[in-house]
Amino acid sequence: MHAEAELSLNFEIKGKNFSQAGTISTKIKEILQELGIPMSIIRRTAIAAYEAEMNVVMYADRANLTLCLTPAGITISINDKGPGIEDIKQAMEEGFSTATDEIREMGFGAGMGLPNIKKNSDKMKISSIPGKGTSLDIFFSLSKVSEQ
Amino acid sequence: MKLKEIKEILQAKIICSKNLLDIEIHFAGAADLMSDALAFGEPGLLLLTGLTNSQSIRTADIIGAKAVVYVRGKKPAKDVIEFAQSKKIPVLLTKFMMFTACGRLFSHNLPGVHEFKEKKTNAR
Repeated sequence: MHAEAELSLNFEIKGKNFSQAGTISTKIKEILQELGIPMSIIRRTAIAAYEAEMNVVMYADRANLTLCLTPAGITISINDKGPGIEDIKQAMEEGFSTATDEIREMGFGAGMGLPNIKKNSDKMKISSIPGKGTSLDIFFSLSKVSEQ
Repeated sequence: MKLKEIKEILQAKIICSKNLLDIEIHFAGAADLMSDALAFGEPGLLLLTGLTNSQSIRTADIIGAKAVVYVRGKKPAKDVIEFAQSKKIPVLLTKFMMFTACGRLFSHNLPGVHEFKEKKTNAR
């Protein structure tokens, strides 16, 4: 998926670090703006990245996030170490959540994270090993520019 | 509708980016859950919320919201205001509850996201 990469950047996300939650997604948005990527694609990428980053902060111990840009599109890959997801199908349902009160106080945990990521991306692949962690790959096509 | 008219309707106080009171706002949305705002938000949104932490500003920035209104007399912490200022997002504070704040804006013909999109589609 990362063949012909024009740009590949790695970031580390720390679990439970609520004060820094979302900073990597903001950085990704700024990088894509500097590269002149169309705003409609930046927006979808930033929303999906933010939801994915928040999932790591809320549920996992830590994760590596890779932002990869090719002529075809943008790929964000997140591999986390954490409890993993027991039932991915259930986690994909809108409204399903295992969030704690602390997470809800942050304005998250509505059970919209994974559905939001799917809705905003062009391709999404998720796999998880309970007790070990979750891998998420999301792709945004650069040939699909929606109307602002 | 200009942001300064919204400020009047909500009897609000603007606490940052005061130079942006002349920006035009065409629609609004309200949520305390940021995942909801991320799901329905559209660029240009006026976001009304009771959540005053930094995630409200980060969400506003990610979705391209034009301004944020904190309802129910809530005040954000200094670092949140500084973050909003750095993102050039005006922040208004109103004493009105969420329902009343939304109702006041709606009755002054400021539509919600879906009404605005429908109107735009029908006009084509």
